[in-house]
Amino acid sequence: MASLNLLVSVCLGYVALLFLVAALAERAAAMGRAQWLRSPLVYTLSLSVYCTGWTFYGAVGYAARSGLEFVTIYIGPTLVMIGWWWGLRKLVRIGRSQRVTSIADLLSSRYGKSNGLAIGVTILCVISVTPYIALQLQSIALSLSVFTEEDATRTMETGAFWAAIGLGIFAILFGTRNLDANERHHGVVIAVALEAVVKLFALIAVGVFVVWGLAGGMGETLARIDVSEIGQWEVHGGRWTAITLLAAAAVICLPRMFQVMVVENEDERHLRVAAWAFPLYLLLMSLFVIPIAVVGLDLMPQGSNPDLFVLSLPLSQGNEGLAMLAFIGGFSSATSMVIVAAMALSIMISNHVVMPIYLSTRSGQGASISGDVRHVVLLSRRIAIAAILVLGYLYYRLSGGGAALAAIGLIAFAGIAQILPALVGGLFWRGATRAGALAGLSLGFAIWVYTLLLPGFGANGLLPASVMEQGPWGIDWLRPYALFGITGMDTIVHSVLWSLSLNTAVFFAVSMMTFPGPVERLQGAQFVNVFDHSFGPRGWSGSVAQSEDLMIMSQRILGPAEAQDLFQREAERQGARGHLPEPTPAFLETLERELSGSVGTATAHAMVGQIVGGSAVSVEDLLAVADESAQMLEYSSRLEEKSAELTRTAAQLREANEKLTQLSVQKDAFLSQVSHELRTPMTSIRAFSEIMRDEDGLSAEEKARYAGVIHDEALRLTRLLDDLLDLSVLESGQVSLDMRSGQLTDVLDQAVAAALAGTTEGMAVHRRGVDEAVALYTDLDRLAQVFINLIANASKYCDAARPELTIRVRNLGDRLAVDFLDNGSGVPVHARALVFEKFARVSGDKAGGAGLGLAICREILERLGGDIHYLNDHSGGAFRVILPKAHAMAAQ
Amino acid sequence: MSARRPSVFLERETYRRRRIMDAARLLPILGLALFAIPLLWPTPDTAGPETDPVPMSTAVLYIFGVWAFLIGLAFLFGLKSRGWGPMGSEGLGDEDAR
Repeated sequence: MASLNLLVSVCLGYVALLFLVAALAERAAAMGRAQWLRSPLVYTLSLSVYCTGWTFYGAVGYAARSGLEFVTIYIGPTLVMIGWWWGLRKLVRIGRSQRVTSIADLLSSRYGKSNGLAIGVTILCVISVTPYIALQLQSIALSLSVFTEEDATRTMETGAFWAAIGLGIFAILFGTRNLDANERHHGVVIAVALEAVVKLFALIAVGVFVVWGLAGGMGETLARIDVSEIGQWEVHGGRWTAITLLAAAAVICLPRMFQVMVVENEDERHLRVAAWAFPLYLLLMSLFVIPIAVVGLDLMPQGSNPDLFVLSLPLSQGNEGLAMLAFIGGFSSATSMVIVAAMALSIMISNHVVMPIYLSTRSGQGASISGDVRHVVLLSRRIAIAAILVLGYLYYRLSGGGAALAAIGLIAFAGIAQILPALVGGLFWRGATRAGALAGLSLGFAIWVYTLLLPGFGANGLLPASVMEQGPWGIDWLRPYALFGITGMDTIVHSVLWSLSLNTAVFFAVSMMTFPGPVERLQGAQFVNVFDHSFGPRGWSGSVAQSEDLMIMSQRILGPAEAQDLFQREAERQGARGHLPEPTPAFLETLERELSGSVGTATAHAMVGQIVGGSAVSVEDLLAVADESAQMLEYSSRLEEKSAELTRTAAQLREANEKLTQLSVQKDAFLSQVSHELRTPMTSIRAFSEIMRDEDGLSAEEKARYAGVIHDEALRLTRLLDDLLDLSVLESGQVSLDMRSGQLTDVLDQAVAAALAGTTEGMAVHRRGVDEAVALYTDLDRLAQVFINLIANASKYCDAARPELTIRVRNLGDRLAVDFLDNGSGVPVHARALVFEKFARVSGDKAGGAGLGLAICREILERLGGDIHYLNDHSGGAFRVILPKAHAMAAQ
Repeated sequence: MSARRPSVFLERETYRRRRIMDAARLLPILGLALFAIPLLWPTPDTAGPETDPVPMSTAVLYIFGVWAFLIGLAFLFGLKSRGWGPMGSEGLGDEDAR
């Protein structure tokens, strides 16, 4: 017999080996040389954490008691695995795309990132898994007791105690070595995979020893099976179905299974291999169970514990080496389960319970929390692991440690299966709501506690015997084992039937009646249609987030090196090497996902929200943002309008300014022109008057000539001043028009007569009286002034040998055109633009005019509502006067 | 779960692939049915005078046989779907932006 000391040292050595392997794997992963760590084989082997001490020892005991019923525990997972295309693929895809860190995180994320739901699921998981941990302690304790000949109960008690402590330390060392953003633990996975190989090898070794060593071959074994106590097909249909269902639910919902299957999944293509390889593993694990049970029942003394046949059978045959191997196999099963389960639960506890509380107590300080959040996370996980193991140990002590392994395991399964309706509903039904999930979970959980967990502590454990027999307060139909008065059902079937069916019914009913919140609906669509869209639009709109604050926060959670690395990578991606990256929505999303790996989605969302400003970006917030941006758009378009207006005004001002400048220039020019015009006659007048004053000997003829010059010049001055006055009156608009009715013919007659009076050489004037018979309503004198000016100009400037003037009247619709055409050479092209300007004289001083005549004409016509311009298409001088006909009409 | 694409006729290969997917979805149901069959077998309680209860060895062979059969089918499907890659509207390889 191996001594206890030897066993303990073997265990410690084995654990040290595992730790070494884990450390090497983690180092390899850190150095990026971990291709083989990510193989489908490792993934499949890590799934074998499903096979715990319960499988290793309990299955044989189960078979010895209930025949083939034990396979249901493996058939359920097999069905789930081979149906991977339908279910698991979706689950894994969602888990990866949403960076889910635990089953509680998944449900919380699906139902609108509700932390309440996450806490609920966490509590449910802790309570359901506690019996399971107790089961592992029990299996280790039992296996230890087999090797010792001393007092078995005492060995078991101390064994369980030390096993709890040892496993706790082990799990803490393994599971909380580091904080990874994705909650992936390469070391743990590889250690679990190694343990999977060890336990399979150990069980098969025992199986081979039993079948070929003890029973004498395959055929012999089959024959032995048929004649044994369990030699006939004898299965309870209800239990068969119920347990298959429970096992199928458990393989998805158990926190440790979720951890290895979804969270630790590296590549969803691994599922393709695991889909057949994991069922194969399960098949191999259960292949020799029946033979071992049958041979055990045959060879072992009456009353020996069938749960220990795996150990006691080789031991009784003196094969201590094999027994030791089996012991290590069982130890492997128990340790891997405890490590992964405790790790998964501690993640859930720290992410969904501790961190939200911790953050809310410090919410006022925002990012300036003193101390290291990372440290808090790790510490809370370590404490959680310890607490879970304490709970497991307490359960083991309270339940008396006597119940068969299988019974305890099934209790745990039934508890965890309560998550199934909410999970499956969440994955496939968009209508599932948080209220529905919460209601279903709570009810199912309550029924499970009442009908399975509490009675499991024994007749007078936690529920008094009277409640068990007569129901609470004597209410008959509430008896824990006979709800609604239906008696005689198997306890497991009874509990599963009521808890799951009512759970599902309430889940559906409440979901139908409630209305999901915006985030819930968003997440629901993302989950159900995960294959349609890859990444979620969980955008942060915060451009106000301070990169520094985010950096400080991330350092505390991810650790300085990782955080700096992350920020640096992002900065490089944004093209700002050496600086902090801009908090773009995409970056915030990435950051949130990274953080959610460490503290859970809801908390990460809240933390980023705290710094970014808005606590949670709900669809309402998005709508508000959209509203705001619409307002901003409107505002900016209004601004644009204003600025366009300003531009226009500025242009107008510029134009006005130019005009003013021009006017000022014109004014200066005008002044200089006027002074020039005035000075010339003044100079003559002064010169001649000086001559007349100073010269004494002037003849009368000379005097008369000089006086004549002075008179002419004075007249010219007067005329000039008259014109200037006229022009200034016209330009200032102060002219008073004397509007009268009259005939165009009369005006023309008067003008021709006035203009040609006193001219020596006659100019022929051609007119057509018929055209001129037009009535006018205008200032006739002013109009005549214009005509006189034009005719006088023609007679003055026409250089033809026989000057002729044609006055032509044309009807232009609502206007009237009076053309004055002469047969001279006309105005030179370059001067045409200037003829209407003041002081513009085309041909030198020949006529002695001041050059104001046409300018005055233009001003007059403008006042009268008409126009005057030069006709370019005529060979001689050609002016067109346009008169408004409206006045003409008004005159009739 | 039929094709989501609007096209009525699919390429022959795509069509075949979809039918294989259908088969993969039906696999667990087939398994469920096969594993439920033993519930119809006579047990010592229900076996009449002329029917013998099913011996355990037969049951073991049946259960493990079905088990291995299902594993084989899952293996074949895994083999078939290996080359699908990013193709197919709901194919495996839809890269999830990593």
